Amino acid sequence: MPTSLIQPEFRVKIDYDKCHKCGRCVQQCGWGVYDFNERPIPDDSKCRACHRCVTFCPAHCITIEKNTLAYRDNDNWSADARKAVWRQAETGGVLLTSMGNPKPYQRVFDHLVLDACQVTNPSIDPLREPMELRTYLGRKPDSVEVEPDGKGGFKLAEGAGLANNIKLDTPIIFSPMSYGSVSLNVHKSLAMAAERLGTLMNTGEGGLHEDLYPYQDHVIVQVASGRFGVNPDYLNRGAAMEIKIGQGAKPGIGGHLPGEKINKEVSGTRMIPQGTDAISPAPHHDIYSIEDLRQLIYSLKEASGYKPVGVKIAAVHNVAAIASGIVRAGADYVYLDGFKGGTGAAPQVIRDHIGIPIEVAIAAVDQRLRDEGIRNQASIIAAGSIRSSADLAKAIALGADVCAIGSAALMALGCHLCQSCHTGSCSWGITTQKPELTRRIDPEWGAERLVNLVHAWSHELQEILGALGVNAVESLRGSRERLRSIGLDEQMNRVLGVKPAGL
Amino acid sequence: MTRTMAPGVVEGYLKVAPTVTRDGDAVTIDANGVYYKQLNEAVRQAIDAGAATVRIENVNGQRYIGTGVKASGVRIEVHGTAGNDMAMFMDGPEIEVFGNAQDGVGNTMNAGRVVVHGDAGDVLGYGMRGGRVYVKGDVGYRVGIHMKAYENLVPIMVCGGKARDFFGEYMAGGMLVLLGMNTQFAEQPLVGGFTGAGMHGGVIYLRGSVEPWQCGKEVGIFQATEEDMAELTPILADYAEAMGMDIEQILAEPFTKLAPFSHRPYGKLYAPM
Ligand code: SF4
Ligand code: SF4
Ligand code: SF4
Repeated sequence: MPTSLIQPEFRVKIDYDKCHKCGRCVQQCGWGVYDFNERPIPDDSKCRACHRCVTFCPAHCITIEKNTLAYRDNDNWSADARKAVWRQAETGGVLLTSMGNPKPYQRVFDHLVLDACQVTNPSIDPLREPMELRTYLGRKPDSVEVEPDGKGGFKLAEGAGLANNIKLDTPIIFSPMSYGSVSLNVHKSLAMAAERLGTLMNTGEGGLHEDLYPYQDHVIVQVASGRFGVNPDYLNRGAAMEIKIGQGAKPGIGGHLPGEKINKEVSGTRMIPQGTDAISPAPHHDIYSIEDLRQLIYSLKEASGYKPVGVKIAAVHNVAAIASGIVRAGADYVYLDGFKGGTGAAPQVIRDHIGIPIEVAIAAVDQRLRDEGIRNQASIIAAGSIRSSADLAKAIALGADVCAIGSAALMALGCHLCQSCHTGSCSWGITTQKPELTRRIDPEWGAERLVNLVHAWSHELQEILGALGVNAVESLRGSRERLRSIGLDEQMNRVLGVKPAGL
Repeated sequence: MTRTMAPGVVEGYLKVAPTVTRDGDAVTIDANGVYYKQLNEAVRQAIDAGAATVRIENVNGQRYIGTGVKASGVRIEVHGTAGNDMAMFMDGPEIEVFGNAQDGVGNTMNAGRVVVHGDAGDVLGYGMRGGRVYVKGDVGYRVGIHMKAYENLVPIMVCGGKARDFFGEYMAGGMLVLLGMNTQFAEQPLVGGFTGAGMHGGVIYLRGSVEPWQCGKEVGIFQATEEDMAELTPILADYAEAMGMDIEQILAEPFTKLAPFSHRPYGKLYAPM
């Protein structure tokens, strides 16, 4: 019998007439596709179409093609479905994959369009007029207290106003990705970029490596069910703390960093022994209710001198009610992660079939919090496949204060979305701990690219705001009147609180 | 002896500032009717000002006592009933409770020592990474969940009474001991079901025996060997001294050891695509 019924998904084609026989492809491929015997000889079955070799081949003579002939056409039994059956018949295992949900679900963002000013209420030119992107993350007071300023006027009372809010220069932050799932150089790139951009990165649940201490004012420290690396020192270093309940790519299930990835450095940051699996239980075992969540929120505040505490959840069916509970439990922000969000490793069945789109979650949560009169009590961070400044603007118009980017940030660092992060052999040196691969990312280079990306999106957001005739991103937040839908059904329009184009 | 009121904003439940009495490096705080926020502020202020002993009187369920406190050579005495999440994230101090404690004692604790001369509630020592927690009497559900060890940090928890379900679930390191001696539940089994479920590190010692149905499928049940007892006895001696118990009496019954079969219980569960 053959060892596997699964045929290669890709074909690695080399034009040997052009090939220099330099061997660079052999060295660049993280998955060991190439052998070298006078010329490079690829093993198609190992290729993950990450395009590292293609990018680095000096002769531009490598082509990665889809292996189109491998499966007989069948719309019902897709190649992926057949491959999954065979893999499971071989192994009996839960299929593990990574990055975001690739299935062709409707992309709501792509059915929303933004407004612009014409004739009346003129648009604003963002190049010449001030355009405010500054955003404050955290609980806003119910009322503003003022006191005499001694000069016949008034000023904000001590401790009133935006005390205990985090000032962001742009409404874009980096989403949580743990050291362990990504390399230390990726963490450094994110931290350095966050500092330069006046925004935040997020440790994920893997602890804070000491090399990031200089950037700690731009770091959200996460507390997940595994409590890895969580101690008073860690909590006090962060600008804010975040309780991770769920992740868009794998709602309702825990995390599991395999022992192979727990090397000395990762073990030190997580504070667990080398080589053991880092298991994050599905629930926090001290949170079984909103009251318990409140207890954890306040324990973190007590332990940190009352810094802001956010709560991250996956967007699921009942997200509005859950978010309301989170706000009432005392969270300073609610982080909503949509079902297309990325992951370093997740069971395929969970990634592809659980959760709801972020667009819907933002609208539902924003509306619920407004209806209950508690929208001011917490900021909303939205994530889960924010692909462009257009998605960002639409998310804010639907009701988000801030968007978090993960996959896009990794793409800035070279990620080609090959969905193989869980193998730990990322050719781009991102989701790996192998030293020969991690050194492919120079943090200075990485930070620069991340800064460029966020600057570009921020400028584009300013352009959009100018077209809309508003001069501050806060004026766009929750302004669904500035959105119209194309090709969404009536019910979806109702959920989103958006009118169809033409109305 | 001087008597001062703790400064600071007073807000919250009951607008009562705790009465703080100082005597050398010992500080006494009266917690009667004081909201936890003001109480813990006063405790931290006392420690920051160099108090070696902080004695809290009339404690009636105030939460977070000693939570996030990082200090060495500090002793906190709790007279009354300690509220939830006592000693959470604690790093160094010693807390002695003359009364019962509620849920979450030693949650994610790093270092230090907690002695409870009474019973305690659920989820004790969740994710605890170091230090010791000694409870004289019975404990509730989910005790010692996901305790873990790291280098010289090895958490130890000894409970003198009985425990309910999920004792030592997900345990990744450290030592969890259950004696079944000082109990109000004579008729109940020593420990509930799902003991050590998902356990992948550390060790559980039970004074007496358990049935396989009470344990997770990830753990093996063994008779404690001489070597095991050599490891356990000094800890029990320390516990006996803290509780005023007789070590001989503790050692009079044989101990059962629960240890995980694998450090990687889920290593074969997944098939990478
Ligand atoms: S896995 Fe990536 S680097 Fe390796 S052969 Fe395929 S495309 Fe090239
Ligand atoms: S990198 Fe390109 S030129 Fe060099 S050996 Fe490989 S295929 Fe040939
Ligand atoms: S991070 Fe690396 S392994 Fe993961 S999808 Fe991107 S390129 Fe592939």
